[in-house]
Amino acid sequence: MPTNPLVRGLFERPVELLNLLDEIPLGLALLDPQRRIIAINRTLETLTGFVSEEIEGIHCRFVLRSNLCIHDCPLDKVSQLSAPTSVQGNIVNKSRQRIQVRLTASAIEDGDGHVLGFLEAVENLGAVSDRLSAGVESLALKGLVGSSSEIQRIFQILPVIALTDSSVLITGQTGTGKDLVAETIHQLSDRAKGPFIKVNCGALPEALLESELFGYEKGAFTGAVTSKPGRFRMAHNGTLYLTEIGDLPLSLQVKLLSFLDDKTVHPLGSSRVYTVDVRVIAATHRNLDEMVKKDKFRQDLLFRLNVIRLHLPPLVQRGADVRVLLDHFLKLFCARFNKTLKGFSPEAHRILLDYCYPGNVRELRNIVEYAVNFCDGRVIEARHLPQYLTVPIPNEEIEAPEQLNPHEKNNERSLETPDRALPAASLDWADVEKKLILEAMTKARGRKGKAAAILGWGRSTLWRKMKKLGLVGK
Amino acid sequence: MPDKKVLIPLSGDDVAPRFDLAPEVVVVTLDDDGAVLDERAIVLPSASAEILCRLILDEKTDVVVCGGIDDEYFQYLTWKKVKVIDSVIGRYDEVLRRLAAHALAPGDVIRPDQTSKTEISSRD
Repeated sequence: MPTNPLVRGLFERPVELLNLLDEIPLGLALLDPQRRIIAINRTLETLTGFVSEEIEGIHCRFVLRSNLCIHDCPLDKVSQLSAPTSVQGNIVNKSRQRIQVRLTASAIEDGDGHVLGFLEAVENLGAVSDRLSAGVESLALKGLVGSSSEIQRIFQILPVIALTDSSVLITGQTGTGKDLVAETIHQLSDRAKGPFIKVNCGALPEALLESELFGYEKGAFTGAVTSKPGRFRMAHNGTLYLTEIGDLPLSLQVKLLSFLDDKTVHPLGSSRVYTVDVRVIAATHRNLDEMVKKDKFRQDLLFRLNVIRLHLPPLVQRGADVRVLLDHFLKLFCARFNKTLKGFSPEAHRILLDYCYPGNVRELRNIVEYAVNFCDGRVIEARHLPQYLTVPIPNEEIEAPEQLNPHEKNNERSLETPDRALPAASLDWADVEKKLILEAMTKARGRKGKAAAILGWGRSTLWRKMKKLGLVGK
Repeated sequence: MPDKKVLIPLSGDDVAPRFDLAPEVVVVTLDDDGAVLDERAIVLPSASAEILCRLILDEKTDVVVCGGIDDEYFQYLTWKKVKVIDSVIGRYDEVLRRLAAHALAPGDVIRPDQTSKTEISSRD
């Protein structure tokens, strides 16, 4: 079978089949009658992480890796019913992410009804499912929740931003919902059916980030055994979300600038130039204007990203939203942990409304998650709240806010968006979790299984949090 | 060099496509030369990533070879000093042969036509 067969008879001249399939913003797999992969399109490559050429001839269940493949393969139904079948399930891709999908399978038959193969369409439902699980749709736009004038202004402006195709720069303190806003813009835009690719510019070393963003050709360097398309090409017809853009190295800022100018990508080791149609959304908690003044961020890149700037207000400026968000997350976590709680006691409510939430919505969410976990009755009392909210901590036990910031060593604190001063009694949520874990580990005499049981978590949850908090030894 | 204990979740004769959905596993002990010292198949009471993780630790497994695995379990096993070679596609016997020859890497796709007679070349 040719690697890219031609389709004849449709157009004036034959066209390459895979090029046609690549233009469809839905994951597609062509299978032979034994359900082995003939080809997959670019959208499915993005979704699964497999490249079409490496999995040709492999049974589809090893590539899609859906939970349906084991007991409820839609192709079985297609064979029985002789009609397309659509089912929902999940897949685990090569990046080890679990993604909710809708699988639609149909048989490809000749004129006499003989099955020649199958076509499987895979629709990414991940973001949709997340929103449905949020549960509260009133006073909400997609996953964003709030009734204050500040957030209502965001609700009004988001659909307008989504209609344009300009670059967007989202700023705001940590925990204000930058990721959610970026995904909402994508979901509301004409690109919603295309991929939404997120890259954390601060999470990878420079060399790796370059190959991750721009891709490489097979043989470009030692270990490049297959070609990698790169995130820009994977986001074709969709949105590329660059979070922590303030952490992007200067050398890559130049390459990003070049892409924003001509919309072309030059993979490492390739002489070919790829033109891609991608909308770029960038976000940062840093003050890019200040970084430009200190020559840590290119001014010309800021100008190009700054076509539309959206600043998300800190929670303390969102007034009545605290009450709305408390109710929202209470419903969410009650549903998730299968608990029936009536609400907060007046005292707990007062404490929560009086608190200033330096970690913004993320901190509020964590507090409610903690309280729902630890509540043993029908109403969340003050004693179910994290200790740092209810017990005043002596000043000498509190580190200065700068010392809590991991960027302090790099002297970058001054570059962040100016925060309001943290109150003396507010500890970082991570510190509270760390304290809880250490207490449980002490009680359990170092046995992690028992410590996890004390905390009411699974072992892997405990481990994940320990790793996040730096409590795991090398 | 001590013997190496390897656990491979299976689906029929192949490496199971999903770690969390594998109905059975095979536990193999290899000596330093790659010879199989012991081989046991274990049918799981139910497919579950948690059960598998517990089994992997109880068995004091050194290496897990699997297909798709959620990041949470990958990180957990790695933290427990279990080497995880994931996203492997292929028949169990061929995968084991490559592992014994130190020629198996994450993401390897071994096609059915690549028999054990095929020469194995290192990835780099």
